[in-house]
Amino acid sequence: MRTENQKAWFFVLPVLALVAFNALVPMMTVVNYSVQETFGNNQFFWEGLGWFEQILRSDRFQAALGRQFLFTFLILLIEVPLGIIVALSMPRKGFWVPVCLVLMALPMLIPWNVVGSMWNIFTLPKIGLMGYFLNDVLGINYDMTQQPLSAWITVITMDVWHWTSLVVLLCYAGLVSIPDAYYQAAKIDGASPWSVFRYIQLPKMKTVLTIAVLLRFMDSFNIYTEPFVLTGGGPGNSTTLLSIDLVKIALGQFDLGPAAAMSLIYFAITLLVSWLFYTLMTKDDAQ
Amino acid sequence: MKKRSLIPILYIAFLMLPIYWLVAMSFKTTNEILSGFSLFPQTFTLDNYITIFTDPTWYWGYINSITYVTLNTVLSVCVALPAAYAFSRYRFLGDKQLFFWLLTNRMAPAAVFALPFFQLYSSIHLFDTYLAVALAHTLFNVPLAVWILEGFMRGIPKELDETAYVDGYSFPRFFVTIFLPNIKAGVGVAAFFCFMFSWVEMLLAKTLTAVEAKPIAAVMTRTASSAGYELGLLAAAGTLTIIPGAIVIWFVRNYIARGFAMGRV
Repeated sequence: MRTENQKAWFFVLPVLALVAFNALVPMMTVVNYSVQETFGNNQFFWEGLGWFEQILRSDRFQAALGRQFLFTFLILLIEVPLGIIVALSMPRKGFWVPVCLVLMALPMLIPWNVVGSMWNIFTLPKIGLMGYFLNDVLGINYDMTQQPLSAWITVITMDVWHWTSLVVLLCYAGLVSIPDAYYQAAKIDGASPWSVFRYIQLPKMKTVLTIAVLLRFMDSFNIYTEPFVLTGGGPGNSTTLLSIDLVKIALGQFDLGPAAAMSLIYFAITLLVSWLFYTLMTKDDAQ
Repeated sequence: MKKRSLIPILYIAFLMLPIYWLVAMSFKTTNEILSGFSLFPQTFTLDNYITIFTDPTWYWGYINSITYVTLNTVLSVCVALPAAYAFSRYRFLGDKQLFFWLLTNRMAPAAVFALPFFQLYSSIHLFDTYLAVALAHTLFNVPLAVWILEGFMRGIPKELDETAYVDGYSFPRFFVTIFLPNIKAGVGVAAFFCFMFSWVEMLLAKTLTAVEAKPIAAVMTRTASSAGYELGLLAAAGTLTIIPGAIVIWFVRNYIARGFAMGRV
């Protein structure tokens, strides 16, 4: 059991100082901008909650938010089951285990802009492997610079390629922690593969699955670099996700007020949904 | 058994295809790339790599990136160690709230912080230094390192600490000579994750640098836009960015599964 000791705060101080410096100062800057209007020359005027209202009502924000939720929903829908299936069918021990793990983790260690460039090169019509294969071998009309649907499929496939391994590795960690005795007991009872999964493997994976869903939610909801490099948000605005839109407003148009208000709304949504996921998924444990 | 191993094989093949394509492209000449489709390089060339290793703007991009990533890893793990120890061993006022607040920083979209970070680090004259990027990346790496290390430390029984104190060890000596060796897998995994997230993050790294500390990503985008469409060169640069990650992952391969579970299995 942990003992009560207020001096432990001294151990936490360096972390607190560092993260506070990096989180609070910029956050206050954002809050500051979000309630003011500026016409340059460092002159600011009080704007109140006007920017928030404007952002929340704007079609552009609502459309980007809708695309963002659709994107994250599809990502979770594909990556979580796929990750579980791959983890279940992986070998438990032997020579191939580290080989599989290293190969699977590889996509996650590639810089995000390189991931974007790589998929760009991969999907170019005529030149790229996937672009050539789809267009010239299968005869499917595929061009992600022209068709929104192709662009969406490419962005989703890229993210599945990039991050499914995170779910796999987390589930795998949960699976290898199950003692052999559990499986032997199930065998004696004549349990079907489905009941082994439902009553032995799934409960053991629960903690790690919670982490996986949370991490995948946060990261896919905040995604910026990969789709930006791959599609630049296009064609048109069809793959302009929230972060891409935000950077366009903040650094492209330099509309600091609306960008700051949008940042806060964005952050609040991420926090709220993460908290909802967390409470829902850990509800049973608390009882 | 055979049928079951088909799924991981297909999955890994899917993962390897785009990587293969990137590597294959890097050995092609720009002419060959633009002239049409070929599965293997027809005129095998090392020119793209030679350009990168002889042009200072290129290879300094890698040196810059590795420098701030290393700095960030050391910094994050060093400050996270005592904090994780406190969270795993003691209860103190506001500990749960503090832990949760640290984790919320992992949820902040990097795009939100780009502009404020630029202003903050410009105002303290750290803009375009390694330290600026290393410090900025601690925003999401320190909470992660605390989380992972706390998970590993919780697995070490408290009796270890108590026995050491009875034997007359002072806290610093106990921590360095007894406790650290016991959680070295955790330290390795935490360092791996800090390295990984600092290495792959590009938005903040690009925003906080101009010339002196320019990361490889910035060099790549500038090349892609200025020198026309040199796909071969871009592919070679991309291929080289995979190597540091592959080396680091090889070192932690035996802990990687547990590491991804943040020590919580």
